Amino acid sequence: MKRFSFWSVARNALSSHAHWPRQWRSPEPKPAYDVIIVGGGGHGLATAYYLAKEHGITNVAVLEKGWLGGGNTARNTTIVRSNYLWDESAALYEHSLKLWEGLSRDLNYNVMFSQRGVMNLCHTLGDVRASRRRSEANRLNGVDSEWLEPADIKRICPILNLSPSLRYPVMGATFQPRGGVARHDAVAWGFARAADACGVDIIQNCAVIGLRREGGRIVGVDTTRGAIDAKKVGVVAAGHSSVLAEMAGIRLPIQSHPLQALVSEPIKPVLHTVIMSSAIHVYLSQSDKGELVIGAGADGYNSYAQRGSFHVIEEQMAALCELFPTLGRLRMLRSWGGIVDICPDASPIIGKMPVDGLYLNGGWGTGGFKATPGSGWVFAWTIAKDAPHPINAPFTLDRFTTGALIAEHGAAAVAH
Amino acid sequence: MLLINCPWCGARDEIEFHCGGEAHIVRPEQPDQLDDAAWADYLFMRGNPKGRYAERWVHSAGCRRWFNVIRDTTSHRILAVYKPGEPPPDLAEPSS
Repeated sequence: MKRFSFWSVARNALSSHAHWPRQWRSPEPKPAYDVIIVGGGGHGLATAYYLAKEHGITNVAVLEKGWLGGGNTARNTTIVRSNYLWDESAALYEHSLKLWEGLSRDLNYNVMFSQRGVMNLCHTLGDVRASRRRSEANRLNGVDSEWLEPADIKRICPILNLSPSLRYPVMGATFQPRGGVARHDAVAWGFARAADACGVDIIQNCAVIGLRREGGRIVGVDTTRGAIDAKKVGVVAAGHSSVLAEMAGIRLPIQSHPLQALVSEPIKPVLHTVIMSSAIHVYLSQSDKGELVIGAGADGYNSYAQRGSFHVIEEQMAALCELFPTLGRLRMLRSWGGIVDICPDASPIIGKMPVDGLYLNGGWGTGGFKATPGSGWVFAWTIAKDAPHPINAPFTLDRFTTGALIAEHGAAAVAH
Repeated sequence: MLLINCPWCGARDEIEFHCGGEAHIVRPEQPDQLDDAAWADYLFMRGNPKGRYAERWVHSAGCRRWFNVIRDTTSHRILAVYKPGEPPPDLAEPSS
């Protein structure tokens, strides 16, 4: 891997940046690997990177049916935070946030992680009580969180409509200063480049169509580019988790729904933090290009079509105009949908499956991007040691049988 | 946006309806005799097919009655609408 540095950038500038090498190889699949990761999004690539970096396992392939980061990694609203209610979730998301804080240096790739703060608005008394409780729980777990009164909010975000005449007026907010946004494509590319440099084979346009088992053990995968043997297989397929699990005869509690987002035309800087409102439902930040990146709620029905219904966007625009009247004349440039895998308790499943050698990392639902590095880190540990790390030990599939659910609908912030 | 043919009211816009998830999940006849795994299966485990899916919808802003729909989750195309208690219609292959 050719490292990025001040000198390498300056040297390549002299030749109009025409001589940069390819960032990762495009190898033919080998007949066998120690570990195969199914899914070349952020979480899958992070898993491969930490398998190589933390555990010295480099005979690894990442199989991606399309192109790298072409699924939810490139479709989310890039928000990073760790203000979840329960101890289990706070540990998982805070571990991830700590990895974000050193990620650009670790990967030698600028993921443009910007800790501009994340503000969660409260519009009802119930909202206020639940949010203050979550904020206090965060502080007990070492997650930074502040309570803001409307006057504090005004100081941080002057364009927000704080009028008491709103149908659901802003009564306060929780604020996580260490939260922020990151450049989603760069996260996929940075992990891909760093994993490739460790010897991981990244194979694109290679869809997995079957999981091969012998005597209750996984022995490999069937793909559109032929069969590949593997001692262990990690499934990190987001919206397609159920489809992959079904290939091994496993039923999951997951439902796949569309989640939509859109961006506006670029404007001058008006918003230097992330604003989220769960109650009247809209969340937005301003990208470095000046576009407002705006997220909607999940559509109510199951889908694999990467698009949703227009009325969801209409409701989200109504909430935007109510909260930010000054943005009322803004034109929207494009909208899109991603397929999110939602668990009944709005928490992920990360761990071993009932088939030996098969591992699953899915069910992240509407909020997986923020967990990308931490998710890969704990999943790599689980695959390498054939046992979960204490951080992801509570996030088993078995919790739906034991009843030890980790209900995070409030902190998930996206209605579903 | 879906156009859903309510079996009682006729074709209406999706915004009048709410989706209630997978259809044909029967409450166990003797719940006191179920073990944890059977409860988990009844409460949480769901089909999530890429293709035809039998699901329940309710006409919330209309007659407020429930009914079943078979819809393709890759195209959003509605293939059949039928009343609760009726068996799913036998649809000819392929779905699209």
